[in-house]
Amino acid sequence: MDLLTIIQILDSSIRLATPLIFAALAGLFSERAGIFDIGLEGKMLVSAFLAAAVASTSGSVWVGLLAGVFASLLFSGIHGVASITFRGNQLISGVAINFLAAGMTVLVAQSWFAQGGRTPSLSGASRFDPIILPFANELTRIPLIGPIYSELISGHTILVYIAILAVPSAWWLLFKTTFGLRLRAVGENPEALDTAGVSVIKTRYVAILICGILCGLSGAYLSTGLSAGFVKDMSAGRGYIALAALIFAKWRPWYILTACILFGLLEAISNRYQNIEILEITLPVQFMQTLPYLLTVIILAGFIGKAVPPKAGGQPYTKER
Amino acid sequence: MKLKMLLTSTFFSLGLIGSAFAEPAIIYDLGGKFDKSFNESAFTGAEKWKKENGGTYREFELQSDAQREQALRRFAEAGNNPIVMAGFMFATPLAEVAKDYPDTKFAIIDMVVDSPNVRSVVFNEHEGSYLVGMMAAMASKTGTVGFVGGMDIPLIRKFACGYVQGVKAVNSNAKIIQNMTGTTPAAWNDPVKGTELTKAQISQGADVVYAAAGGTGVGVLQAAADADILSIGVDANQNYMHPGKVLTSMLKRVDLAVYNAFSEGASLTTGFNVMGLAEDGVGYALDEHNESLVNAKMISALEAEKAKIVSGQIKVHDYMSDNSCPAN
Repeated sequence: MDLLTIIQILDSSIRLATPLIFAALAGLFSERAGIFDIGLEGKMLVSAFLAAAVASTSGSVWVGLLAGVFASLLFSGIHGVASITFRGNQLISGVAINFLAAGMTVLVAQSWFAQGGRTPSLSGASRFDPIILPFANELTRIPLIGPIYSELISGHTILVYIAILAVPSAWWLLFKTTFGLRLRAVGENPEALDTAGVSVIKTRYVAILICGILCGLSGAYLSTGLSAGFVKDMSAGRGYIALAALIFAKWRPWYILTACILFGLLEAISNRYQNIEILEITLPVQFMQTLPYLLTVIILAGFIGKAVPPKAGGQPYTKER
Repeated sequence: MKLKMLLTSTFFSLGLIGSAFAEPAIIYDLGGKFDKSFNESAFTGAEKWKKENGGTYREFELQSDAQREQALRRFAEAGNNPIVMAGFMFATPLAEVAKDYPDTKFAIIDMVVDSPNVRSVVFNEHEGSYLVGMMAAMASKTGTVGFVGGMDIPLIRKFACGYVQGVKAVNSNAKIIQNMTGTTPAAWNDPVKGTELTKAQISQGADVVYAAAGGTGVGVLQAAADADILSIGVDANQNYMHPGKVLTSMLKRVDLAVYNAFSEGASLTTGFNVMGLAEDGVGYALDEHNESLVNAKMISALEAEKAKIVSGQIKVHDYMSDNSCPAN
């Protein structure tokens, strides 16, 4: 395996990790505030659809991105109303959102575009183009650093860089601000927050909205960054992998970055090599595809440290009278 | 409730007409009538029959898996004959229903149902894939070509195996990189993974990539066009999707199967019906979108090989006959 192959695999891992990073951070905000979110997958899907649909009709990917985020926010709102205001079961609401998204996207796509539940292919300004960083072409000749800079760091779409920047931002927001402290408190001990005179309901809604925005970015990246158009069920389980990454990362922002890149790397390797031979044992490609789930189960079982979810997670808050 | 009544009354009135004219009927699979691929091809065939014969036909678009048997029974009760189904998923319900209506003729596409009143239409995808494989090898400059399959099932391996044999027939040293998208039905609709697989194949030197992967293929064709290499479409003619970037498409003439069944009407011959190169059931697409990519030399080589396959001089191995592929 030469350097170029390694760089290409890492390059692919970063592309594949980006939607996971957005979605896992979305789950982080929601779950840290005590709202379990199984519906990441569904929100990614509606956002992917509306982003592609609006981008193709308006011709501008930025308008599409806004539309995608709007769709995801709307679904977040539904989840919020069901699980915060009406104190419904968060898991059931999340599952309902996934089903709603899977059915509605195809139905609306069919009635708008009549292409078998797809949107038209995007081209030109209606999709995100890779950004070539300054000096990327000039530096390729320098050994090691050149190819790393021009192949690995440069040449991604803007959403990839936003995703990487979103990690420190999330860390700062959650752990260095008053708002972050309240958000975490609402997921651990909402009564304490209520006693301090802060609205539990409001804090949870804000968390859910942040979750919606991040999921929207994730979905829009799938349909306008990674591929060019929406195809039914195109999120293909990435929302669940993101949930796995969130648990694997023990609900911490920096760990999320590592977990997502690791999961991206596993997928990139399985894309590149169908079967891998290590010490004369052939690992089938399916093994690499199961590994993210397997690792998560190992973490949950407590073999490597302990994964403790927020204490008040999944419980609707009823104010004492 | 209203809808149900409407449906029932429609089928009732249909029954009255049906007994007099025996209209043919077609049931599309879940992809929907306008999927730009398999089902739309079936629709095209039905429309062609209607235009040429001035007849009418009944049609039904499935909304869920549970409707398969119901739709079949309704059409059979209404006296429609023959009833054509697009899709291998109809095999189980049809095996049940066919017994109950021995006087009605059925035709199922892509699957074999052993019943005296059923025609089973099967395509020789390996022969069509062989020809596009030859074309890929002739168009490739690097000597490396790629294949991206959808779900890892024997049918898709049949495509891959035919393709590999075709490539090797032109260039025995060619390297063929094969990838399957996944092992679950999600693999048919994952253009993101299709894109990544294609990029990985391109970085290993592939400059022609054949996609037999349903919706995932959209991502494959896109990634190939973005990287300025060639791709090959599947089922329907997909050359128009990226003009000048899609080398050709492996055609599977579902429209012809539907047209033939409708034309034969109630006197439809039943049994095994193979649509291969000889019957023009499979082939490669030539149109204004790929004329700049295909030269006369390629066409004459392909036509010569096609004649040999039709005459039986060359036998393309069918993966599904023994679940193995001699070439790889």
